[in-house]
Amino acid sequence: MSETEPTTPVGTNGVGTAPVAAAPAQATAGIVSDPLVEYLIRHGDDRLVLGHRLSEWCGHAPILEEDIALGNIALDLLGQATSLLGLAAEQEGKGRDADALAFFREAVEFRNVQLVELPRGDFAVTLVRQFLFDAYDVLVTEALSRSAHAPLAGVMAKAHKEARYHVRHSGEWVVRLGDGTDESHRRAQRALDDLWRFTSEPFLMDDVDRAMLAAGIGADLDALRPRWEASVREVMTEAGLQIPGGAFVARGGRTGRHTEHLGHMLAEMQIVARSHPGATW
Amino acid sequence: MPGRRPSHPRSTAVTQQATPTEDPALLAEFEARIARGESIEPKDWMPERYRRQLVRMMSQHAHSEVVGMLPEGNWITRAPSLRRKLSLLAKVQDEAGHGLYIYCGTETLGVDRQQLLEELITGKAKYSSIFNYPTLTWADMGVIGWFVDGAAIVNQTALAKHCSYGPYKRAMVRVCKEENFHKKQGFESVAALAQGTPAQHAMVQDAVDRWWWPTLMMFGPPDSDSPNSAELLRWGVKKYTNDELRQRFVNLTIPQAQAVGLTLPDPSLRFDEATGNWVFGEIDWNEFWQVVKGDGPCNRERVAARRAAHEDGEWVRAAATAHAEKKAARGATRAA
Amino acid sequence: MYGTVLPVGEGAGQEQDPTAKAPAAGAPTDGAIADGQWQLWEVFTQETQGAPHEHAGSVRATDAGHALQNARDVYGRRGKVISMWVVPTGAIAASSPSDAGPFFDPMNERPYVHPHFYKAPRGVRGV
Repeated sequence: MSETEPTTPVGTNGVGTAPVAAAPAQATAGIVSDPLVEYLIRHGDDRLVLGHRLSEWCGHAPILEEDIALGNIALDLLGQATSLLGLAAEQEGKGRDADALAFFREAVEFRNVQLVELPRGDFAVTLVRQFLFDAYDVLVTEALSRSAHAPLAGVMAKAHKEARYHVRHSGEWVVRLGDGTDESHRRAQRALDDLWRFTSEPFLMDDVDRAMLAAGIGADLDALRPRWEASVREVMTEAGLQIPGGAFVARGGRTGRHTEHLGHMLAEMQIVARSHPGATW
Repeated sequence: MPGRRPSHPRSTAVTQQATPTEDPALLAEFEARIARGESIEPKDWMPERYRRQLVRMMSQHAHSEVVGMLPEGNWITRAPSLRRKLSLLAKVQDEAGHGLYIYCGTETLGVDRQQLLEELITGKAKYSSIFNYPTLTWADMGVIGWFVDGAAIVNQTALAKHCSYGPYKRAMVRVCKEENFHKKQGFESVAALAQGTPAQHAMVQDAVDRWWWPTLMMFGPPDSDSPNSAELLRWGVKKYTNDELRQRFVNLTIPQAQAVGLTLPDPSLRFDEATGNWVFGEIDWNEFWQVVKGDGPCNRERVAARRAAHEDGEWVRAAATAHAEKKAARGATRAA
Repeated sequence: MYGTVLPVGEGAGQEQDPTAKAPAAGAPTDGAIADGQWQLWEVFTQETQGAPHEHAGSVRATDAGHALQNARDVYGRRGKVISMWVVPTGAIAASSPSDAGPFFDPMNERPYVHPHFYKAPRGVRGV
């Protein structure tokens, strides 16, 4: 990641910077110069955004047992996000805290992969997306639980335990839906077709990832990818689902280039916090 | 639960007529057991009316937990801090769990969840009127935790201690254990708002003004107009009357409001030295009955939301069943 | 909450008998359910090493693995569980209350199974 002039940080006073029009391609508003901060924010944002999306199911799931299960996973992810963004804010040392990062950044300052910000769709979209993420998450948390950065390693060791359960839950649902009824198969296959182009992004290594790997802090995503592919292939085979082709790789989330959906999600997520700048809750 | 009795007429209705005449000797023994404070268990003999009253009360309770997810679920995605987001989500998730525990209790009486859900999504079932009011601001989340969960705890604690039906009592013990934090997180949030910016204070006072009276209605109609109470009390399902529980809640809550500098929307509130009770104004029972009968601000939306969840989830439940059947068949083939 | 919302005769669905069928005695154990519902399972949880498994409640699920998964989410979400059993509800045979007397009472009338039935010579310890 090359650096630009950091823009004025958004403080807890809630006075945000307007997004910079026509930001340079390699970086966008609010980029932080410290790769460790950047790294922590990336992993925190993945979990914040996906946890938020999952929480949208609360009260609307197909059966109470699943309301509770999705709630558990959302709580795990949001808990991880809280820890990671807290570490990022601390490392940054600019007086922001986890809440300031969550509620007072613009979409272009978010660093999550695009996969997690897509709307929840139907239950098949939610569970197929969850499995594609969980299969990555279980590997990346394991790798990062050995990080040279002790606080990150601590958060990720706990997250890894959670992810092992998550991937079992979502994997079993992918199999149930793929190998269930004609309708569930059709919906699961469509979800997989729609989501597949978003699955490369978590493994793309850029300067930040390389710097973190070199420092013994980050994960070797290149090494994780084949393991992810093997586990995904295994579950899709059991589910009777076809892994789609297609060369297009959706990317950009790690540098603040998102889909159209994230802005809407954040408008909702941040409305109360931003309506009362300086307030505590 | 072991002991579901298919011989029961599988209706949740509690009607005036069609109650079988009970064997007086069995009834006397049953009432003696109640008097001795024994727990009635699913397979024990019980009067048909006892069973029906339980099904009625428990199903309303379970439905209330499940519908109760909606007004608060409305704000999970807008919670203004990560801590509040986590605690609100955990709390709403609890409500799903508590609904489920109580449905488990009705399963022991030979009425299953599917049947009760059908009644809920067709608008036939009753649930607490409180959940038919809209949640309009973030402050409603704190006030609901403080008032509504506070009222629920008063009621559920009494059930956990005294309810004569074992499965319901045990469900309540579990619920009370888990719900401990609900009221506290609500009150903490209310206190933060009350001591916050002028806008926050105004927001929370407005929420208090809107939720106070509907919360008092949660305890049900006054004793003079509560046809089920006598039977529920006689058979130890309940230990206290609606008015007794309501008064207990008011006595608990007023000092809490004073502590955070919020006023309650009842000019006639006064402390009665003689009884040690806070005397409160007249509840608008017309409003209560109107909401109970389906004509509140949000009844239609709440039922529609639960119906949509159930109907949109049909293909998911069917898929899981189909997959389990395929798997079992493959297992049988392999074993053959 | 909410125990006493409506008076007798004003309520949930008494106009009609619900269509649901009576539960089969001895529910199937393969998740296939007559009325399209997932099967009912009883959940037993163990809270600490060495403690007994105790009945926690029930869940609905399509098979044993699924039931364990749901039980974990429903009854293990407060973290105080280290082990779980799930059993199809229909697989549990229970004693009947009317048997309680003849079934259990005789057990209490065997004085010779209690230590105080026996005497040891004075002064002998640790017996």
